[in-house]
Amino acid sequence: MPVSGSELVKLLPGRKPCKDCGFPTCFAFAMKLATGGTTPDKCPYLSDEVKAKIEEMLAPAIKLVVIGTGENKVEVGNEEVVYRHEKTYVHPPGIAILVSDSESEEKVNEKIKKVTELKYSWVGLTLKAEMIAIKNDSKNKDRFVSLVKKIYESTDKALILISDDLDTLFSARDICFDRRPLLYGITKENIDSAIPKIKERPTPIGLKGDSIEDLIPMTKKLKENGIDDAILDPGSKDVLEAIRDQTFIRRAAIKQGFRPLGYPTIAFPCFMAKDGIKEILLASVFVIKFASIVVLSDFDQYTLLPLLVLRLNVYTDPRFPMAVEEKYYEIGEPDEYSPVLVTSNWALTYFIVYSAIEATKIPSFLCVKDTEGLGVLTGWAAGKFTGDSVAAMIRRSGIEARIKHKKLVIPGRVARIKGELEDALPGWEVIVGPREATGIGAFLPEFVKTLRK
Amino acid sequence: MEFKVPKEAYTGNVREIVIGKGEKTLKIGGENILPLHFFDDGVQPNPPRFALEVLDMVPQDWPDFLKEPYLDVISDPIKWAKKCEEYGADAISLMLLSTDPAEKDTSPDEAASLVKRMLSEVRKPLIVYGCGDEKKDSEVLPRVAEVCKGENLLIGPVQKENYEIVGKAILENGHVAIAQTPLDINLLKELNIKLCKFLPPERVVIDPLSSALGYGIEYSFSIMERVKQIGIITKDSMTMMPIIANLGGECWKTKQAKEEKNQGLLWEGITAIALLLAGANLLVLRHPETLKLVKETLGGNKIWN
Repeated sequence: MPVSGSELVKLLPGRKPCKDCGFPTCFAFAMKLATGGTTPDKCPYLSDEVKAKIEEMLAPAIKLVVIGTGENKVEVGNEEVVYRHEKTYVHPPGIAILVSDSESEEKVNEKIKKVTELKYSWVGLTLKAEMIAIKNDSKNKDRFVSLVKKIYESTDKALILISDDLDTLFSARDICFDRRPLLYGITKENIDSAIPKIKERPTPIGLKGDSIEDLIPMTKKLKENGIDDAILDPGSKDVLEAIRDQTFIRRAAIKQGFRPLGYPTIAFPCFMAKDGIKEILLASVFVIKFASIVVLSDFDQYTLLPLLVLRLNVYTDPRFPMAVEEKYYEIGEPDEYSPVLVTSNWALTYFIVYSAIEATKIPSFLCVKDTEGLGVLTGWAAGKFTGDSVAAMIRRSGIEARIKHKKLVIPGRVARIKGELEDALPGWEVIVGPREATGIGAFLPEFVKTLRK
Repeated sequence: MEFKVPKEAYTGNVREIVIGKGEKTLKIGGENILPLHFFDDGVQPNPPRFALEVLDMVPQDWPDFLKEPYLDVISDPIKWAKKCEEYGADAISLMLLSTDPAEKDTSPDEAASLVKRMLSEVRKPLIVYGCGDEKKDSEVLPRVAEVCKGENLLIGPVQKENYEIVGKAILENGHVAIAQTPLDINLLKELNIKLCKFLPPERVVIDPLSSALGYGIEYSFSIMERVKQIGIITKDSMTMMPIIANLGGECWKTKQAKEEKNQGLLWEGITAIALLLAGANLLVLRHPETLKLVKETLGGNKIWN
């Protein structure tokens, strides 16, 4: 529920235009405040109380919470919509692997190795899990603290510390405090004794309730004590309850502007599912249904990738098509007689064409023309995939220095640019390729024979 | 500020559509809540349903772990369809791939006679997908519709290039149409409006195309989510049809699905879950294990009975 300038102006002094804030009128100042272009302290006539009220009104509906530091920092919250098509989701959920202090050292080491080493490159990005959740199952404080110490020292992942015992939890916190760990789970039973400890060295706090309603007095209590970095666990028992709880929390925050639930959430498919694949499927529900942290008991190189790709896809901004960089890409290890094909830079087009070429196992060069994320045909219609502009890209790309032939394959859908392209690229022969990427499998093996004669 | 449970109520209602006839019928749609929103005011009388896909020719590019469940029946579409029934499919989706001029260019008569034989042998309702070549489909699908007159098949894809000829055959022979448009909500509504000039909206199911995980799923996801919301929230008659997500083929085409079994099952399973949560009422899968896994993940017996 974004606040409007006209709501804010009612709280401003409305004096004769003093311009002390740097704006011509209170209304102009209010408008700027509403869009985040200035801050309330620029007006010298506001009482602290009003200033605090305005700040509260301007705060995002869902608090931004940062866990971890550096490369594996997980920033969650600040979401503005319930459904991604309404605008976009902004902060993808952190993905954690769970280790327990009652697991064997071997098992723990194996999991740490996995979460540290599994990285995938995907459309020019690197996908990975960022978090390790450490659980105190042993009920032994020293055991837990030493495991936290070991993981803190040997990885740079964002950490989630899980213990029912406050003394154990805060002792572990003291070891890794500068990493901004998430402490989980504070309950209505222990929150009063936890608050003074939290205040000593504030880090994000995971609140665990048996229902959404349970969480409300807890966040209020934290806030009264100046603690505002909370993560919510409504304690959903199964997937249908989880969808309900996550939806209600998101709606309460965004549609009702209900502050006590305006925090990111954490989900534990690790405690809900019984086997590896189902756990990942359940995690995919949470990635779609609003969770900000998803904790998995385990994964491997084949089960983690699909979840990371889903997260990327769901959190892609629907207002901007995903695009890849304009240049020539090598598929396999092409040599000077390898085919050269050209396509547009919409990530989807690029990806489909790339996969189709790769499937033929014929090493090739794929030139990508910047169409500002449009497909080939719409790119042509918008004047971004014309003969002249494709020719200019081919020359700029430096592909000519890599090959001995001068044959360029264009997508069948833009067969019409052949003449213009040949005029603009003297010495090149332009070959009209298949209309669809699915035709590449039949086309390329035949075409490559004409290059090696 | 007191907490008020943010329940919502809607005004629209997805049409309930029946496919098949006699003892082999299946109801889809009928809900007036968003997908699995059992906590809002309204009902979802029919859970999302799952079909398994059968090809009319031996698949060429399937990985072994996808062929494995069908190994002994893969060269006989009818036995294959029966196997899908054993695996718990709610419907059989027969893909007439061999009719594609780029495949075997099977004749309309031959294709229609296979559908007819399958109809007499299987106990689940049939979905029939043409090869997607709009010209060939406009010969094959009307023939299928005629030969199986009165059987209430779900037939598609009906596209903007062939909606008149295919749509009329569907109307005259008592079937249900799959109206297919390429990932665009305006084109989708436009086709539905054109079709519904002669076909009752109770005979239309929407196929906005189902892109696989990693290959454009975000487009399919948001289009299905919007179609469902425009229908249920704003009561737009031309989007209040059930949605079919024909996703199996798209998923198993990807390099990642073919690479390793668990990765493949998850590729198909996550795509299915995402599109189901977006609003798909009927999902077409290829691997029987995916079907089982998705059902168990989303609530087990609580919603699938």
